[in-house]
Amino acid sequence: MRRNYHLLILLFPVVFWLICFFLLPLVSVFIYSFIERGTYGGVRWIFTLENYERLFDGLYLGILWRSVSTALVCTAACLLLGYPFAYYLARYKPKHRNILLLLVVVPFWTNFLIRTYAWILILRTEGILNNLLGVVFPNWGPLELLNTPLAVQIGLVYGYLPFMILPLYAALEQLDMSLLEAAQDLGASPRRAFWHVTVPLSLPGILAGSMLVFIPTVGAFLTPDLLGGGKVSYIGNVIERQFKTARDWPFGSALSFMLMGIVLVGTVLYFRALQQSESEAT
Amino acid sequence: MRRILEANIGLVYLFLYVPILAVVVFSFNSGEQISVWKGFTFSWYTKLFEDAALWRACRNSLIVAGVATVIATSIGTTTALAMERYRFRFRTALMRCLYLPIIIPDIVLAIALLIFYVQTAIPVGLISVIIAHCVFNIAYVTIVVRARLEGYDNTLEEAARDLGANEWQTFWRITFPLIAPGIIGGALLAFTLSIDDFVITFFTAGVGYTTLSVHIYSLLKFGITPKINAISTMLLANSIVFILLFLRFQGGTTTSQKQEA
Repeated sequence: MRRNYHLLILLFPVVFWLICFFLLPLVSVFIYSFIERGTYGGVRWIFTLENYERLFDGLYLGILWRSVSTALVCTAACLLLGYPFAYYLARYKPKHRNILLLLVVVPFWTNFLIRTYAWILILRTEGILNNLLGVVFPNWGPLELLNTPLAVQIGLVYGYLPFMILPLYAALEQLDMSLLEAAQDLGASPRRAFWHVTVPLSLPGILAGSMLVFIPTVGAFLTPDLLGGGKVSYIGNVIERQFKTARDWPFGSALSFMLMGIVLVGTVLYFRALQQSESEAT
Repeated sequence: MRRILEANIGLVYLFLYVPILAVVVFSFNSGEQISVWKGFTFSWYTKLFEDAALWRACRNSLIVAGVATVIATSIGTTTALAMERYRFRFRTALMRCLYLPIIIPDIVLAIALLIFYVQTAIPVGLISVIIAHCVFNIAYVTIVVRARLEGYDNTLEEAARDLGANEWQTFWRITFPLIAPGIIGGALLAFTLSIDDFVITFFTAGVGYTTLSVHIYSLLKFGITPKINAISTMLLANSIVFILLFLRFQGGTTTSQKQEA
């Protein structure tokens, strides 16, 4: 009995907080997504499916597709840059390795707004990149780089690259090198050993990194807002607009639920793939 | 092959650091344009000290982050202890629920809390922001403290109990000092995340309760001046101090643990 009493005390605060300030708010979003908007930005408590019907409007499906494809491109770019990086770092001299790793962690701890702003400084019409290009190629006019989908894409890769590198590094550092030697002793070329030994064994890191990049980028609001200049819509911005300017909270709630659905599908796929890679490893 | 790998390393570091360094360099630029170099000056930094709105935002950020850190660290620590010490029904379910606030996009958490506050008539001010920050911070603190509790030696506690210490004494004299580095690490992470958070604060802070992140956002949206470079540089310096502290508490203790073992 005493043991249960202790456990109850330890768990009460977290259960209370999660139910009151996480589960109940999510339930309110769910309810809001099924009611009508009022005339002056409020809501009317009348059941409707209209908010979900609007989602299948071509406009919103297009925005949704743009968000998902941007997140996928971002994940792929992070993997392409991050994998060789983590691979090299995991084999680096241990003495300097920690400093190199620390240099990856610093951006992770730095204010995201500031890291996004840094790209405004570089990409704007009279920004650093255009000034440099102007010196090298005086005949070119300044390039319009800011407020384009490309700027958003760069900003997202920049923002989330450390989230890819850190789990990849953790997976590659634990890799048993003798397995690679064994593969090569048995006649595998370095390339074959890489694709058949290193990659499968680092799969948990690849999956974790991809999850950590894909999830926040698909619902990103800040990067498209600052670097896209509101000219190209992503789902995060559309949700923000429903709550801040358009004042259509029920529709914003339906959009949020769809975004959550995408993220949950991604999470389920991740755990499936992880289980599969683990069962293959054993 | 090696060449390509090395080139990639260089490229990634350039990619990560050129933007940050650009901000630092241009914070000393005397020109009125944020990105055209005119000459060296400290004047943007002195201007920061005269900026009352900035200081108010700073104060709000410190209040929010301070209170949210204390609450989240306490709750996160008790949760980690319960998770590691006890096997109970719904343990896995609770664990999944706990990590959900980290997994779902922050904009969804933000609007969910906003709707909830409106429905329950909880006024949006600083308290509403503190509550919101705790939701994600509890999860992060739990992760960090649990990592510290893994491989934790129970025999010391048993010894203390055998020697007649009661549970309260055992916790404060034995358990707490041993896991303190994990708790401090979790607290530092929570504080940083709280200071840096923009999206959730943006939706849950009432008018007139601007935090530093929201203040910077409005500067970026409605008139970028070189002052923003100076603010950014100060925040960067601050982050570096925090990382070094975090590593000191997380990394420094593993060596002392090894020595004990």
